[in-house]
Formats: sequence, C-alpha cells, structure tokens
Amino acid sequence: MARPLDWQLATVAGVHDETDTVRSFSLTLPNWGGHRPGQHVDLRLTAEDGYSVERSYSIASEPERAPEVDITVERIPDGEVSPFLHDVVVPGDRVELRGPIGGYFVWDAAQPGPLLLVGGGSGVVPLMAMIRHRARVGAMNPTRLLLSSRGADEIIYREELDRMSATQDGFEVVHTLTRERPAGWNGYSRRIDEAMLSEVLEPLGREARVYICGPTALVESAANALVRIGLAPSQIRTERFGPTGS
Amino acid sequence: MTDRFVTRGFVGRRTAEGSGDVGSRIPPGQYITRDFPVLSAGPTPRTPLEQWTFSIQGLVKEPVSWSWQEFLALPAREWTVDISCVTKWTKLDMRWKGVSVDTLLEAVELDERAAFVIAWSDGGYTTNLPLADVLNGQAFVAYEYDGAPLVPEHGGPARLVVPARYFWKSAKWIRGIRLQAEDQPGFWESFGYHNRGDQWREERYSGD
Repeated sequence: MARPLDWQLATVAGVHDETDTVRSFSLTLPNWGGHRPGQHVDLRLTAEDGYSVERSYSIASEPERAPEVDITVERIPDGEVSPFLHDVVVPGDRVELRGPIGGYFVWDAAQPGPLLLVGGGSGVVPLMAMIRHRARVGAMNPTRLLLSSRGADEIIYREELDRMSATQDGFEVVHTLTRERPAGWNGYSRRIDEAMLSEVLEPLGREARVYICGPTALVESAANALVRIGLAPSQIRTERFGPTGS
Repeated sequence: MTDRFVTRGFVGRRTAEGSGDVGSRIPPGQYITRDFPVLSAGPTPRTPLEQWTFSIQGLVKEPVSWSWQEFLALPAREWTVDISCVTKWTKLDMRWKGVSVDTLLEAVELDERAAFVIAWSDGGYTTNLPLADVLNGQAFVAYEYDGAPLVPEHGGPARLVVPARYFWKSAKWIRGIRLQAEDQPGFWESFGYHNRGDQWREERYSGD
C-alpha cells in the first residue's frame, strides 16, 4: 500500500508580485519529501464552520529549494480561492497542503538532450520549475522556452527569464505577445503557430523533448503543430487548464 | 465547527448551488464548473473513422471487433450524468449518447476468470477498472455529447464514461477493452493516482 499524501500545514514565508495579477507565495513545509519539476500541490482552505475548498497549483520552484516550495497564482476575478490568496494571505499565515502530485509532466536534469518548453500565460509556472532546476544544477542541455503572453507587462518571471537567457548556458527564452506590444518590440507578436514553432525548434532539432502548458486552445494547437512538423506524439507532454471556450 | 485547520480569514464563496439538493451532488473537495475543461497528457490523436475499430479481447471465448459503422448500429441510449475530475471540477447533468458496456459484453462469452477491464486508447493511454465496476449500467462508450458528435479534444470519436469514478477512468479515444484475471495499473494509476478513483471516497492519489 502506498504511503498516503498527508495534509500538512505550510507556513507562508514570503509573497512576491510577478505582475499586476500574478503573485508568488513561498511556503515552508514541515514534512516535505521533495518534488520533481513539473509536479503540483493541492491546497485546502477551511472556514470556521468547516466549509472547505481544494485547488491544485503547480510548483514554480526547483526541488533544491526544499523544504520550501513556491506556487504562483493568477488572480481570477470571480474565483473563490485565488482572490483570497491575493487579498488576504500574508507572510506568517498557514494553509493546508499536500503533494507532490503528478508523475508524467515532469523533467529533471537526469534526462539529457534538447528541451523545448512552450508556455501560455501562467502555464509557464511548471516550466519555470524545470528551468530553475536546470540552472541550479548547472545542466547545459540546449533548452528554449517559447512563452506566449498577452502584453509585455503580463510576462510572468520576465526579469528572471531574461537574466537566465543571458548567461550563455544553453537556455534561451523566446517571447511572443498576443495583444499589446510596446514600442520597439522585436519579438514575435502573434499567437503561437506552426511557423513560429518550426523556427524556435530549429536549433534544438526534431529529437527535442517537448513540454507544453497553458490554456487548452494554445496547448491543442501547439501540440498538433509539432506533430505536423514531424515530432512523435510520445515526445510531447502536455498540461492544460481552462475551459474549451464553449 | 471543524477538526480541520481553519484558514485565517477564509469564508469562501457560498453559492446557492453549493447547498441543498445540488450540494449533495458535489463530492468532497470538488467545485461546480459550467465549462467542460480539457485535460490530457499529450497531443490529441486523430484516427480516421474508416480505420477506427472497437474490440473486446483478453479473457473472452472469441474476441470481437466493430467498425465505426457497426458500432453506431449497436443499441445506444442517452445518459445524463454528473462527472467529477480529479483536478477538482464537477460538472452536473452532462448529456451523452453511447453504448452501455453491458451491451458490448453481450457480444462475447466471458471467461470465468475475467475480473478486470483494461481500457486502451489511441495514443497509448490505458486505465484499469474492476469488471464489477463497469457492469449494470455503470459505464458506457459515448460518441455524442450534448447532442453533437464528440469532438477530439473531449475524446472523440468515442470515449469511455464511468460516472462513478474520477474522470481519468473515462478513457478518451477508446479503441477497446481487454479482460484480465489480474489487475494492472493504467497510465495515471502508474503515476501516483489512486487505483480505484471513487470520488465519493475522495480517492485521488495512491494511498488515499
């Protein structure tokens, strides 16, 4: 019988704003067995009368940060949990958590070779755990992140990504903006499509491992395009969130 | 009062649908969604219908296989069921059309050792269920959702639907079932998710 994933009380060690609507929370865990980049945790919030809700959040931090993990949460205006996390939770607060969860959408440096990461909006979060882990352990495998954001102000982890992209360790971030672009923007400025994926994949070659995370429409079109380009479906791992739009 | 840790400042957004008759239909830890979210581990497979078959293999006297046209000719019915995904959403009153697993199994003679079902799909996905959990109207293979052909993103052309289990047991892009004497963990069951996945017992992860 497997060991149950017990609930534990995480303490909020810090909060950090990534954008106007996206905030990261550093959580210190009393009983943490470690995680693999790409995994997520479940949070449980309980009111005085026992009313309780659970949500899943991807881990944003690298395993080497244990026993601390970061989650990055987008504030959904009509949501039940994310506005609470943004508006009420402060350092020192405690929340129930269990994990890590998920064993398929994971990558660590034990898997060498070129890596293509494709993210849309807050879909970058589990990919960031992979990127941070890769940098932390000094892996040099060619790695590119194609990140789609609505506007330049909405790029999550922008400074950190751009800084890591400048270190010449084989990691490069490629941005595309789908709604607003600032003056002088010389990155892509359209939704991710097959031509863009071909260009970003080119230096990595068709043997690259691919991880795609974002809204369903983005994940669906990116995964389909990569299969058309000639990658095997088994090379492509996906994680999706959000409705289909219908 | 609760014996769980109370989160400072958390009240929650109590909605009318969270209580009463509807509330009693929401398994523990779930919330209601009106959308139909899509979750899958890889690219969406697209098998042409002229190449599509559905087969029953394993511990049966004679394996059987249907073409798409033959499958559509099987006795089908409409089902309105509540669905819960392990990622926490529950969607009420989902309308499907499909063929009961009971109907499918009428086409074969089961070996008496058959005790488990492995559903397998295009793209290599598998999931395991005790035979007893898919009999007597508990499971069906759906090819329509909400009055329209099931789209590939949601598992079309056909998916298994097992309403009494978390939705990963409802294999998308199903192509057949295999009867076995022994249980065998499927895809997510091998990646830390619960072997049975009963949402009313909140069997999300291995060990729950």
